[in-house]
Amino acid sequence: MEPYLWLIPFAPLIGALANGVLALLYARRENGPSEKTVSIVGCGAPIVSFVVVLAVFLQMRATHADHRIFEQTLFTWIAAGPVQIEWAYYMDALTIVMALIVTGIGSLIHIYSVGYMRGDRGYARYFAYLNLFMFSMLTLVMGKNLPLLFVGWEGVGLCSYLLIGFWYTDIANAAAGKKAFIVNRIGDFAFLLGMFLLFVASGKLGHATLDVPELREMVGAHPEAFAAVATAACLLLFVGATGKSAQIPLHVWLPDAMAGPTPVSALIHAATMVTAGVYMIARMSFLYDLAPTAMAIVAGVGALTAIFAASIGFAQRDIKKVLAYSTVSQLGYMFLAVGMGAYAAGIFHLMTHAFFKACLFLGSGSVIHALNGEQDIFRMGALAKKMKITWITFLVASLAIAGVPPLAGFFSKDEILWMTISGGMEPIWLPKVLWGLAFVAAGMTALYIFRVVFLTFYGEDRVRKEARAHLHESPFSMTMPLVVLAAGAVVAGFLGVPQALGGSNLFHHWLEPVFAGHGSGVAEHALVGVSATGGAGEAFAAATAGHGGAIEYLFMALSVLIGIAGIAAAYFLYIRRPDYPRAITTRLGGFYRLVFNKYYIDELYERTIVRPGYALSDKIMFRLIDMGIIEGIVNGVGIMARLIGSTARLAQSGLIRTYAFFMVIGFLYIVWKLIR
Amino acid sequence: MTPVTMNHYLALSAILFFIGVFGVLFRRNLIVILMSIELMLNAVNLSFVTFARYVGSIDGQVATFFVIALAAAEAGIGLAILVMVFRNRSTVQADDLTLLRY
Repeated sequence: MEPYLWLIPFAPLIGALANGVLALLYARRENGPSEKTVSIVGCGAPIVSFVVVLAVFLQMRATHADHRIFEQTLFTWIAAGPVQIEWAYYMDALTIVMALIVTGIGSLIHIYSVGYMRGDRGYARYFAYLNLFMFSMLTLVMGKNLPLLFVGWEGVGLCSYLLIGFWYTDIANAAAGKKAFIVNRIGDFAFLLGMFLLFVASGKLGHATLDVPELREMVGAHPEAFAAVATAACLLLFVGATGKSAQIPLHVWLPDAMAGPTPVSALIHAATMVTAGVYMIARMSFLYDLAPTAMAIVAGVGALTAIFAASIGFAQRDIKKVLAYSTVSQLGYMFLAVGMGAYAAGIFHLMTHAFFKACLFLGSGSVIHALNGEQDIFRMGALAKKMKITWITFLVASLAIAGVPPLAGFFSKDEILWMTISGGMEPIWLPKVLWGLAFVAAGMTALYIFRVVFLTFYGEDRVRKEARAHLHESPFSMTMPLVVLAAGAVVAGFLGVPQALGGSNLFHHWLEPVFAGHGSGVAEHALVGVSATGGAGEAFAAATAGHGGAIEYLFMALSVLIGIAGIAAAYFLYIRRPDYPRAITTRLGGFYRLVFNKYYIDELYERTIVRPGYALSDKIMFRLIDMGIIEGIVNGVGIMARLIGSTARLAQSGLIRTYAFFMVIGFLYIVWKLIR
Repeated sequence: MTPVTMNHYLALSAILFFIGVFGVLFRRNLIVILMSIELMLNAVNLSFVTFARYVGSIDGQVATFFVIALAAAEAGIGLAILVMVFRNRSTVQADDLTLLRY
């Protein structure tokens, strides 16, 4: 299978080029190229990738667990003296999980887009960008070294920009695209610095490299050499991850990114691109294990973001904005997990989240499409009867995200919560606090998502006349992915049934070789061992077998209860007593306004960063330096030339007496020299 | 009385030469300038002849002939130019001829 690894990212690249060329050829014409051709190429490419990934997966399953690594080097990308950076793909158990998600859910969303984007003048351009995104994302997850990962990292940022601002004729969309890209770049800067630190640290050991398997070996063999830079590098890489995965403080771009087409929101800003940060930390788990402080910060930021975003999502009226904040919140859970050392749990939640979040987004797209562009949930209602498939899939996905067993969200979220509360970390109270935050956030999750469910599909019909024209269920190309994703949201959880409930946690075992060998640094400090490796986890289970089992069940029950409580509260507020929400917001007044306006963070950034930045670039860089100094120098050269000229020309007096005078001077000088 | 040596002649030649230079530099009338140039040439002639006499070689006198011929030709052309200038500009003052000024 190894010779074919390149097909996985390159099939979509070829698709992107093909559709891109088509789009360009038709650019000046009235209509774009044939939608049929474009969709066959555009959907065919990711499906090809998926098939190859599936084949690799099957082959991996047939291989022994210790040898589940496939590699393919394409060419040497950078050769600079002792440093060789190759364009090499690397697939291990972790990569294949990510690749399956990206290509599988990616293909579904491509198919959905066929129906959603029908009739759009930029149809070909859309599929070109989307395929380019697939190429970048796959390069990111399959990259063997950090620079190649970074190529994919930047590539997805670019495609995000292109797709958010897809309908660029509306300047607000273009601004949203810019915001996403610029905020991302800030994170990328930190990511680069982290990379450089690792390069230098490995160089001190004699072999400067950014190849991930090599670094992993070096860190394993000489942890002391890396210990010094580990915290700094991990934090810097994490800042990059906050940019890419929309965590505090660089989360501000994701809600604005909803300006793009809904399938884009589903693919890029729910299932794949935003998960790149989590993947990166999991990939570099061997380094994070050396830096417990960094891990604590990661977990803290994750938990804070989870509850922070949930609170904002709860107050939003636009269905996509709610989902956007929900994504930010769920990503917070993933970072909480990896911060606690439970890497497999984080990736597990990544997978389940991809299913139900994509389903939610695509479902909302279906609703928006049916309502002719309406996105305000307070102008929807009673859609259940009219859009049965959308309604059922949306409901299923909502139950999943709320953490209702036996749907997927329950298993993954519960595992994270359990890993947090039973985790060991300095200071001792930290995991408890983080659990508290995550627990409250879980309740809020159920609340805000069912608020949307009840206001959109139930209750009184508040749809405006203009939106009623084409109120019908969406076409098959759109409903099919919804059903598949909803099915995934139901069954995906069974991959990670914990031992406490009698399962064997297949997902965990699958990922064991990736995270094993170094355990989790947290485990060393732990009072009770927490780790992503089966070994320490079993020790923990055994140690607390007496009453430990019961504790785990207790927390499991708590998770379920808070989820159901959230649903019940939403039911009460939006079905039973619809007048209550208005009363509450009026009562809360200022606080409500604070939350509704996203805690005014955008305004804060505007004041403290954007405006000074703009002033800096306008008044200092532009006026002072560019126009003043540089122009001054350039003009100055010209002025100097003129000055010299006007001085020198005074010698051209036109008077022959002056010339004769200078001749005599010269003559005398020559005579002088001859006599000497 | 001291005998007249080569140095006396050379001194005279130098003095005449510098009088000529003075004239070229500081007189405004073009005719006077031309005359001063002639004076400089004649001073040089004197110097050549002196050397011919006191060194014993006749080469000096040969050179003198060259210089005389040259001076004559040059004086002719110079005066022709001067006449043309006068016809065009109605002046023979050097200070008035400043067309080639910046």
